[in-house]
Amino acid sequence: MNPFSSGTRLRDMIRAIRACKTAAEERAVVRKECAAIRAAISENDQDYRHRNLAKLMFIHMLGYPTHFGQMECLKLIASADFPEKRIGYLGLMLLLDERQEVLMLVTNSLKQDLNHSNQFIVGLALCALGNICSAEMARDLAPEVERLLQSRDPNIKKKAALCSIRIIRKVPDLAENFMGPAAGLLKEKHHGVLIAGVQLCTDLCKASTEALQYLRKNCTDGSIRILRDVSNSPYAPEYDISGITDPFLHIRVLKLMRMLGQGDADASEYMNDILAQVATKTESNKNAGNAILYECVETIMGIEATSGLRVLAINILGRFLSNRDNNIRYVALNMLMKAFTVDPQAVQRHRSTILECVKDSDASIRKRALELVYLLVNETNVQPLTKELIDYLEVSEQEFKEDLTAKICSIIEKYSPDKLWYIDQMLKVLSEAGNYVKDDVWHALIVVVSNASDLQGYTVRSLYRALQSSPEQESLVRVAVWCIGEYGEMLVNNVGVLDGEGPITVTESDAVDVVEAALRHHSSDITTRAMSLISLLKLSSRFPPTTERIREIITHEKSSLLLELQQRSIEFHAIIQKHQNIKSSLLERMPVLDESTYVRKKVGSSDAAFSADKTGQRVSSGTPVSIPNGVAKQQAAPLVDLLDLSSDDVPVASSSATDFLNDLLGVDLPSQSSSGVVSTGTTDLLMDLLSIGTSPAQNDLLSPDNHTSSVATSGKIPSVSSPPSVKGVALETKSPHASGPSPVLDLLDGLSDMSFSAENPTFPSITAFQSNSLKITFTFTKQPGKPQVTQIKASFTNMSSNTYTDFLFQAAVPKFVQLHLDPASSNILPASGNGSITQTLSVTNTQLGQKALAMRIRIAYKVNNQDMLEQGQVNNFPQGL
Amino acid sequence: MGIRFVLLVNKQGQTRLAQYYEYLTLDERRALEGEIVRKCLARTEHQCSFVEHRNYKVVYRRYASLFFLVGVDNDENELAILEFIHLLVETMDRHFGNVCELDIMFHLEKAHFMLEEMVMNGCIVETNKQNILTPIQLMDKTS
Repeated sequence: MNPFSSGTRLRDMIRAIRACKTAAEERAVVRKECAAIRAAISENDQDYRHRNLAKLMFIHMLGYPTHFGQMECLKLIASADFPEKRIGYLGLMLLLDERQEVLMLVTNSLKQDLNHSNQFIVGLALCALGNICSAEMARDLAPEVERLLQSRDPNIKKKAALCSIRIIRKVPDLAENFMGPAAGLLKEKHHGVLIAGVQLCTDLCKASTEALQYLRKNCTDGSIRILRDVSNSPYAPEYDISGITDPFLHIRVLKLMRMLGQGDADASEYMNDILAQVATKTESNKNAGNAILYECVETIMGIEATSGLRVLAINILGRFLSNRDNNIRYVALNMLMKAFTVDPQAVQRHRSTILECVKDSDASIRKRALELVYLLVNETNVQPLTKELIDYLEVSEQEFKEDLTAKICSIIEKYSPDKLWYIDQMLKVLSEAGNYVKDDVWHALIVVVSNASDLQGYTVRSLYRALQSSPEQESLVRVAVWCIGEYGEMLVNNVGVLDGEGPITVTESDAVDVVEAALRHHSSDITTRAMSLISLLKLSSRFPPTTERIREIITHEKSSLLLELQQRSIEFHAIIQKHQNIKSSLLERMPVLDESTYVRKKVGSSDAAFSADKTGQRVSSGTPVSIPNGVAKQQAAPLVDLLDLSSDDVPVASSSATDFLNDLLGVDLPSQSSSGVVSTGTTDLLMDLLSIGTSPAQNDLLSPDNHTSSVATSGKIPSVSSPPSVKGVALETKSPHASGPSPVLDLLDGLSDMSFSAENPTFPSITAFQSNSLKITFTFTKQPGKPQVTQIKASFTNMSSNTYTDFLFQAAVPKFVQLHLDPASSNILPASGNGSITQTLSVTNTQLGQKALAMRIRIAYKVNNQDMLEQGQVNNFPQGL
Repeated sequence: MGIRFVLLVNKQGQTRLAQYYEYLTLDERRALEGEIVRKCLARTEHQCSFVEHRNYKVVYRRYASLFFLVGVDNDENELAILEFIHLLVETMDRHFGNVCELDIMFHLEKAHFMLEEMVMNGCIVETNKQNILTPIQLMDKTS
């Protein structure tokens, strides 16, 4: 006999483990025991097999690996001795991992035991099969189980029924074999058989519609009868739970009735009476009774019940909701969620109670209630509900704030009646729980502020105030810093004061103070600091007297250990120091951010269809390549140029890491990196950055326009046709085309050289853009002595029958070109060509004679308050510009 | 499926019985037990007996130093599970006579046999205490 295995009894091992004071000691004991058991196994020790397996089960429960014991289980199962078999099966169920070869080995033993004459052994085998059976075993052993369903012993019958559930879950094809026997089980008297039979029927309904039809026809009566019998039954001590006979059977049969009655008026009709009886007569002062009522309500809501019955059910929920037992209130909230789809009005009646539950001390109840409140919000009640929730935000527990904040923000965004309300509520949330607000939420706020020109002054002043009281809320700080940078003068000069807004006096240096504080605050992260730097730079242009101080602050950051901050501050310092002449145009206010584009971007980004790191690539790939005359190649070029803005022109943060670019996406970075070169081109690049996800669709629309606009040049540019199928494909496939521009440009250059030799040339007007709705013509003039500078007079004509409002023309040019846009003559374009808007562009081609002018344009306007967007590429400039 | 697992845990958070009705690896089990035990043990008596965890619910009930935790699907009737826990405890009481932590530790296999008679493949199969205990008593008599 093995000297180790005889050592400790199970009891002693458990004592030894309990006596361990540290996890290390416990591991040592377990290791020793496992070694002994392994030794016993390898010696094929028969005497202690039973005890070793019991030890292994205990060790397994503690979370140690016990796979080596699996074969022992098989040996014990094969034993003739009942206790050994018993523990063998238990071990099999506990220790088994999904190793198919062990399951294969056990199939034979199971088959033998299923045919055993001893009912307990058959029960054991059924139980094991029900717990571990795989699809393969299900096919092999289904006939045995089917036979046992007809057995006379109720204990075997009930286990066979549950075993059948496992079999049809693994192999749904077998469902039809079990339909008949399952229906038969509902006629039994034994509760164990009934409960198992009812569950088998429920699972069959889920497994196949065929079974559902069959059982609906054959079992509706049976299930109603079971429910009636059990709910009317006199006191039955063996199944009694606090005065109610077998609540478990009640509940299972109610579940089955829900399956049968769902979407079937006839079956539901039969059930009405008994459901009404259960709903009214069940005692509701004990947990067991409430469990039945709860299930009954769910069944009433699930089937095609009469309206009277539904009222009864909703009333039960109302009673539950006002119950003092938290468990009952929890299930009531749970149930009201389901009832909401059936009868929203009835649920709305309980709104105030539900709102109270949001403030409950119990996290589970709060969570349920919050989900429910979220469902209940609509246009009419959003204001009081939001107020309640925000008030609660102040006092709620830390771990609940994240959920709560997300829900409040989502409610505000979804149902805000006007922009002022939206801004007010968002500021409240940001001041209370700014650290929990997700990035896209405050991005959206900035987009809204940027679009609400009449509220910008109010917003920046409110943010200033909020910042005084909650300087530790990260997202609040970011939004505030951004707004102060953009709208600083509105803060100081009290522009656009709303009624009821308290007076506030802020000096220029106060504004710089708060931004500086944000930059220096210990909790500010790199994004906030970078935004603060930009804000300071912008303020230096808004408030010239503070420039010297801002320069000092920025100088201080030049030694920052964070590369991004260091680089920015060095670059910004250079702007202040050396580039006064371009500073004001460089630091102009951000153009209005396009709301619709932002919304689309948000939708797009939630698909995760593109990763943030690809931003740069996408921008360049966002142009069509399918235009058959080579123009497409140039389309990619200016954009790429815009992206890698030359640092020799203006030293700005153009080379910042892509992920950081993404952080600031649409907020500030693009303005920095591009405005130095093309102040209005910013918008275009920015728009592209924002509309990444949607560009392919736009391109499809665009290509015809480009096609027409390029007709003028098609004779001069060698045609390089690409197949139309390339449209919208990934960047990789485009790269050969993208690398193509140089020869085409070179060719153009040659031509332009020739034409340039003529002095004071005149240039023909061109149609720069034409679509069904809009036509743009460019006329060119050059000032004598400045060959690089061209004045372009753009004239816009409306070709449609609707007036365009909020008309906005934007243009972007490659990096070797400087562009200045004068204000347009109007922003309203009358219909059908009755008048036009003109706008003057001043273009300076720094590489005149070497590179040709190209321009990407984008026109935004509103038709009947609908945002419209058109964009295109102008490549048909006459040579010599 | 209904019931996903039944756990018995003492006040210190040590597992005293664990039965899973869906396959989880050892590491997953340890992680899950750690997480939900921490969640449930931190709750007070005044809070409700249900905790939402990942995509299922844990219904728990405390008896002296022992916590009974049952993981169930979201559509399971929580109140009925509470009643089921009580039934399990009553059954153990009847067999061991005022069951305590040590009874379960030293008779782990018997506790499992009882549970096995009551729950199979995540479904409740028997709720009559006598029917549950008969096979166990028979076995005690023969051995």
